[in-house]
Amino acid sequence: MIGQGTEASLLVDIVFWVLAVSAIVSAFAVVQIRDLFRAALFLIMTLLSIAGMFILLRAEFLAAVQVLIYVGAISVLIIFAILMTGDVEEGSPSHSMRIPVAILSTLFGALAIFVSVSTDWNLLEPAIAAGQVSADAVEGVYSNTIPVIAKLLIRDFVLVFEIASVLLLAAVIGALALIREG
Amino acid sequence: MGLENFLIVSAILFSIGFYGALSKRNAITVLMSIELMFNAVNLTAVALSRYVVPESLATAGQNAGQDAAQFLLTGHIFAIFIITVAAAEIALGLAIVIAIYRSRESVFVTDATQMRN
Repeated sequence: MIGQGTEASLLVDIVFWVLAVSAIVSAFAVVQIRDLFRAALFLIMTLLSIAGMFILLRAEFLAAVQVLIYVGAISVLIIFAILMTGDVEEGSPSHSMRIPVAILSTLFGALAIFVSVSTDWNLLEPAIAAGQVSADAVEGVYSNTIPVIAKLLIRDFVLVFEIASVLLLAAVIGALALIREG
Repeated sequence: MGLENFLIVSAILFSIGFYGALSKRNAITVLMSIELMFNAVNLTAVALSRYVVPESLATAGQNAGQDAAQFLLTGHIFAIFIITVAAAEIALGLAIVIAIYRSRESVFVTDATQMRN
């Protein structure tokens, strides 16, 4: 398992901090930089850092999905829209509510951090150490996650799965109807 | 590196996205900020599912089978559906941006005033 032994866990810590700093700095650049095209490239940087964090969290399948859908499809769509609508050099000015919104979002972030630090989470590792949770069951799920995800999707979350397909169909039809000339 | 570190990073990402979505005039920047917020939520869901004991596993105890252990990955399922909804949302959002650009020659949300009054 990743993270066992001091040297390995030090390496994982370093990787985590590099990913965290690059995600946050690029996210700042997305909202602050004037050039829209560069902002889109920084958005891709943030998305890739988050894909790396998914790998640290042992969600390799989600990391692949993140790279395929966000980095591969959504960012191309965004760059396409930026180039189609022109005005790249005009950038993205803020409007008059900038300062109140900045205060509000800082307050919200501080509140979220306070809640996540002060909550008494029922963590997995101490529960395994205390013998309340079987380590074999946990390792069995994380050693091969894709069959488990497939079973959950088709059996336990099948209604949501079907609704998602209807939603995607509606989105395709809606986008076509909006874009069509006249 | 623990649960709190991931939650703090995603809280910071979410507030940056929140700030961008509410304070920018360019509709494409607003959409990119919304993507940031979606990603912050995804990171929270996956981190919680990695570090927190699910209810089914807590009640099953030491002799938990595959059926109880599979709910360790509920956060992954949430993230998959959030990514699906985000893809639908960005496709429709950009279609609306391009439709507004055709009629108004502008992508600024402050210029889209057709429905005012």
